[in-house]
Amino acid sequence: MKSAVTMTVNGAPRTAEVEPRTLLVHLLREHLNLTGTHVGCDTSNCGACTVWLDDEAVKACTVLAVQAHGHEVTTIEGIAANGDLHPMQRAFHEHHGLQCGYCTPGMIMTAIKLVEAVPAPSDEEIRRGLEGNLCRCTGYENIVAAVRAASEVRV
Amino acid sequence: MIPREFAYERPESVADAAGLLRSHGDGARVLAGGHSLLPMMKLRLAAPETLVDIGGISSLRGITDAGSYFEIGALTRHADLAGSDLLGLACPVLASAAAGIGDPQVRNRGTIGGSLAQADPHGDLPAVLVALDGEVTAEGPDGTRTIPARDLFRGFLTTSLAADEILTAVRVPKAPHSTYVKFNRRAQDWAIAGVAAVVDGDSARIALTGVGAAPVRAEAAERAFWGGNAAEAAARAADGLDPPSDAAGSADYRRHLARVLTLRALEEAIGG
Repeated sequence: MKSAVTMTVNGAPRTAEVEPRTLLVHLLREHLNLTGTHVGCDTSNCGACTVWLDDEAVKACTVLAVQAHGHEVTTIEGIAANGDLHPMQRAFHEHHGLQCGYCTPGMIMTAIKLVEAVPAPSDEEIRRGLEGNLCRCTGYENIVAAVRAASEVRV
Repeated sequence: MIPREFAYERPESVADAAGLLRSHGDGARVLAGGHSLLPMMKLRLAAPETLVDIGGISSLRGITDAGSYFEIGALTRHADLAGSDLLGLACPVLASAAAGIGDPQVRNRGTIGGSLAQADPHGDLPAVLVALDGEVTAEGPDGTRTIPARDLFRGFLTTSLAADEILTAVRVPKAPHSTYVKFNRRAQDWAIAGVAAVVDGDSARIALTGVGAAPVRAEAAERAFWGGNAAEAAARAADGLDPPSDAAGSADYRRHLARVLTLRALEEAIGG
């Protein structure tokens, strides 16, 4: 049986009719057409589906849409301000922090929270902080370089 | 992957949640952070008819300093445990174990109560609770009871909680000389083996993860430790163990890990 869920997505109130078993990532992609959030492994490992739920990074393939009812969700589409890329997005661009790009939205959503929590992270802290995000191209060197560069912009 | 269809309930109190569990019988499961149950449902390893989501019961969240012990609400997340300065100083075995569970996103959702009630043999927190000699509160339609750690874990994914009982709180003593050490080969993976060590003067309590269907007390190692001999204790850490062999490691490898990690954990706990 479907029920209505309401949440704030990228700053705007959104309502959808979903089954209890609908995952948050499917609500975002299929009901709200926010396809920037990717489904990679679909088993809570790869982190491609990472979004912010109440301002914290979570894997949207392992949250039910009904669990997000009444809460605030931010996706990769919601982090650029007035058309200006977020500094983390710009750093990934400038440092070529992507190859195929599939993991990139999740990497960026996790990396922004990482840098908020640890303002001047060491490479070791960056790698630990990205433990929940897998790059199947194995392009980690430039991802770490991008996060380091973005953290220096913030400092 | 999509779970089987289920009915969804979101009670606002523990009493309502327990009532729902009783009325729905064996077909109902409690949903906390969902980071064990939802993956199992997606893989169709679990197919509850009804999910009772206790995530909205905010009274179940938080860490309280109660003097000689901590009272921790069941919905307190791994990230809260790992980030707690209180626990970091006075119960580092719990803070260090929580800091190594899964990955940052998992720690933002997974809860201490969910992890203990799931009782995964490779989960980190059951061994921590056993080493600390902690206890949990279980609330059901017929009342509230306390279950000591030694009586909670019954085997593979099995606890002594009744089907209509909810684990609502965890109590652990302060243990400033304690730590948790685990070993795995891949980022974010489950422990192949792990050791929770709690040192109190001349004595130690040691519990192992990943070497049996439930946490195992390393009793021979505890006896050998008497007086503070970490090396003697570590040499006995695998005595009597019958660990599983699987793709992550053979039984012999797990015995080896039990000894090596026990030494590391005891030395760190003593130095802490």
